[in-house]
Amino acid sequence: MTMLSKRRDQHLWRKIKSALVSGGTFVSALLVIAPLGLVFFHLLANGASSVNWDFFTQLPKPVGVVGGGMVNAIVGSLELLVLAAVIGIPVGVLGGVYLAEYGSARGNSMLRFIADVLNGVPSITWGVVVYGLVVLRFKGFSAYAGGLALGLIMIPLILRTTEEVILLVPNGYREAALALGIARWKTIVHVVMKTASKGIITGILLALARIGGETAPLLFTAFGNRFWNHDLSQPIAALPLQIFTYAISPYDDWHRQAWAGAVVLVIGIFCVNVLVRILTRERAPSTV
Amino acid sequence: MPSSDPAVLETRKQTMEPISDNETASLTFEVKNLSIWYGEKKAIDNVTMDIPSNAVTSIIGPSGCGKSTFLRSLNRMHELVPRTRLEGRVLLLGQDLYSANVDPAIVRRRVGMVFQKSNPFPTMSIGDNVIIGLRLNGVRDQKFLNQRLEQSLRMAALWDEVKDDLHKPGTSLSGGQQQRLCIARALAVEPEVVLMDEPCSALDPIATAKIEELIHALKMKYTIVIVTHNMQQAGRVSDYTAFFYLGRLIEFGTTNKIFSNPTERQTEDYITGRFG
Repeated sequence: MTMLSKRRDQHLWRKIKSALVSGGTFVSALLVIAPLGLVFFHLLANGASSVNWDFFTQLPKPVGVVGGGMVNAIVGSLELLVLAAVIGIPVGVLGGVYLAEYGSARGNSMLRFIADVLNGVPSITWGVVVYGLVVLRFKGFSAYAGGLALGLIMIPLILRTTEEVILLVPNGYREAALALGIARWKTIVHVVMKTASKGIITGILLALARIGGETAPLLFTAFGNRFWNHDLSQPIAALPLQIFTYAISPYDDWHRQAWAGAVVLVIGIFCVNVLVRILTRERAPSTV
Repeated sequence: MPSSDPAVLETRKQTMEPISDNETASLTFEVKNLSIWYGEKKAIDNVTMDIPSNAVTSIIGPSGCGKSTFLRSLNRMHELVPRTRLEGRVLLLGQDLYSANVDPAIVRRRVGMVFQKSNPFPTMSIGDNVIIGLRLNGVRDQKFLNQRLEQSLRMAALWDEVKDDLHKPGTSLSGGQQQRLCIARALAVEPEVVLMDEPCSALDPIATAKIEELIHALKMKYTIVIVTHNMQQAGRVSDYTAFFYLGRLIEFGTTNKIFSNPTERQTEDYITGRFG
């Protein structure tokens, strides 16, 4: 009798534990989704009304003059992304290929560890590094410095994703190509990288989306600019910087524009992520 | 082997000329005292064996007996595994495949390979799959490529089935067709030898029969070495059979002899299904 009641107690306790754990996971899952919903709702409620044609076509107006837009910051951000891509994509992709295809096990695990540490370095640190290395040396803020800071952030991100997708390419394809007498590097470029190309592009897009919203590394590198600038050795405007400047200003009209900028930025990044989803929807071919 | 004088051997390695015409006239491979290690593990133990030209030689034996390693040593594919070590010599038409000045890529162009699992390149069309070997080895002449494309697919008995679908992905074909596509891809670079590593183990009986027919036809032009788990297949397709066990060559002879009157007890036990 006592044994039976003990067993019943244990059964109840197991049920409670199960409910606690599944409840905990459910709440955690909600906490993951909720901020995204809140951010979107808040942004659209505050900023959507300020996103208009002028925003995409006009330069910022002087303080006190209502209206104007952020076209220079939008274009500036794109220019910075191009500069960052020129640095980050080749180095990141080739480094990832090296990790996956060449090198010794011990050296590679060290490189991998360093890349992971770099991925965890706060982005403002990159700004400081580039400030010290480039801005001070060349005595001026510039688009180049901003692009370099963003590019350096991209490298370890792209490196790790490239490595991972290249390791997913079944060995059978490498063997098939090598058995045709195709040189190792040609096998890697024309067979392995081609097979992994969707994954590599996905990694690049995600890295671009990540740095597209970075503000801190640009504060003392690209610096920002209220006017058009087509000289890359001069300070340049960037959307996140402009949002930052406008958001901490005391003017209501600037606050509205900051909200609008944030909406545009988030939608842009959202679009990149959707593109990534579309690209990765077709699954990789079966293993060989 | 007429001479074991190291100086003579060295000269031959450098000149890379056939040891003598008589000796190599009908032999494609001469394997001499071959041993292969993966790290500490010895996979092939002192194998000496000749592989005749324009014939099908099958290699049989239980799993893990070294038959795949042996096959891969014939075009240096086993070297892709890190920490391999090799002793002994493998001569292809008298030329040592492992002498220092031989490029493994050139060896593999002369000794093609078909794998257990069909592996057409997933990013390429049927046509591109066939000519990729030529193209990446620098052939640009489109007319020549088209010619070789048709010729290779015909030799692989696939042309009639795919001639209108050359632009479709290689992976859109059935399993048996994919394997024949892989054979066409291997033939397109005009090898002298085709190695096959259990080419039918993933195929149904009808697709298997087609590949076996193909092997029969191909030996007119090529020397074929095939690893198989299927003893009936070895009996059907091959002229010579080698039985491997625990990394050693137990017996080599005509397929007829091996299957009807083996010399070694182990061979008989394996062939009659008493182990393996």
